[in-house]
Amino acid sequence: MRMDRRVVLAAGLLALAGGAGVLAQKAPRVIKVSARRFSYTPNQIALKKGEPVTFELTTEDITMGFNVPDFGVRGDIIPGKATRVDLTPDKTGTFAFLCDIFCGDGHEGMNGTLVVT
Amino acid sequence: MTIDRRKFLQLTALGGGAVFASSLPGCASMGMGVASDDFYFVQLSDSHWGFNGPAVNPDARGTLPKAVAAVNALAQPPDFIMFTGDLTHTTDNPVERRKRMAEFKDIVAQLKVTTVRFMPGEHDASLDNGKAFQEFFGATHYTFDHKGVHFIVLDNVSDPAARIGDEQLGWLAQDLAAQSKDARIVVFTHRPLFDLAPQWDWATRDGAKAVEMLMPFKNVTVFYGHIHQENHHMTGHIAHHSAKSLIFPLPAPLSQPKREPVPWDAAHPYQGLGFREVEAEDKGTRFAISERPVGA
Repeated sequence: MRMDRRVVLAAGLLALAGGAGVLAQKAPRVIKVSARRFSYTPNQIALKKGEPVTFELTTEDITMGFNVPDFGVRGDIIPGKATRVDLTPDKTGTFAFLCDIFCGDGHEGMNGTLVVT
Repeated sequence: MTIDRRKFLQLTALGGGAVFASSLPGCASMGMGVASDDFYFVQLSDSHWGFNGPAVNPDARGTLPKAVAAVNALAQPPDFIMFTGDLTHTTDNPVERRKRMAEFKDIVAQLKVTTVRFMPGEHDASLDNGKAFQEFFGATHYTFDHKGVHFIVLDNVSDPAARIGDEQLGWLAQDLAAQSKDARIVVFTHRPLFDLAPQWDWATRDGAKAVEMLMPFKNVTVFYGHIHQENHHMTGHIAHHSAKSLIFPLPAPLSQPKREPVPWDAAHPYQGLGFREVEAEDKGTRFAISERPVGA
């Protein structure tokens, strides 16, 4: 009898959590991105809609920016430390990310793309 | 120069809207009977002196001098000339940066108009927070008044993160506090104050704060550079007009995946480059814009 109640309780909790809730509780996938004048590595990143990710950003030389305007997230990448930027894409498509801290001749070409499917 | 060839884009900040219309001029510079407070100035922008890229401009060292000659050839000289930034192309080398600024200054010294004002672009100022620019051209933000119009020069480039910054915004608030709500105000910036295309870095991170401060004023017009092409945009009743470049054009905002210069067209040299005349009408409540080519 006691076992049965436990099973019922566990089943109820699972039902409350729901599929999307379980997904949201998963630890975000960490994507390491390295910046240097005037490029990101990698500069093309595949994401899944609804999948939370954390960009772990480092710079090999000077302070850089990492801006994804279409998702309203950005961060400063400071030399000597990792910057984390969280993102859960809520739409599919190809979206630009770019350096938004002027870093010299080549700054205008310092960008990449997120491909969300 | 004939009246018929002059295409005017008339814009007004009066009455909460803009009027975009091509018309014959009827303007002060043409001597057709307008109020004595009317005047005109010339906006030049984005000359990027020191740029080297034959595929987009094989006459990189000749274009600015041609623009200077074209301004000098205007039938009636403007009241003043305003350069809205990126006078020079960026370089990591502080000695080379100063060399480019000195060369630029020598070239524009040939302008016959005596009142020439400057402001920095990110290529001039973002790598040293405006230090070299200030050595050559003075303050990066300032105000001046001309024939009843209050001009405000805002610096959104000395911070490499494209911020005006709280200190300068405080200065702006103080300046605006002394203006009446129907004052005639013109703002010069390098970057757009609004989010034109943040995906291409065509924005000012705290530009919305400046626009919000300007919003209570009835007659505000913004002229800027940075995007190497004409663009006309309204934020509420405030009109924003970007200028062409004097080195290479850029594509329309987000019209292609990458923000890359438009290649030089040998069949149409200097196409997409130019400067503009801006004519204050109705005592500075309306501005008529006339685009001018270089190298023609």
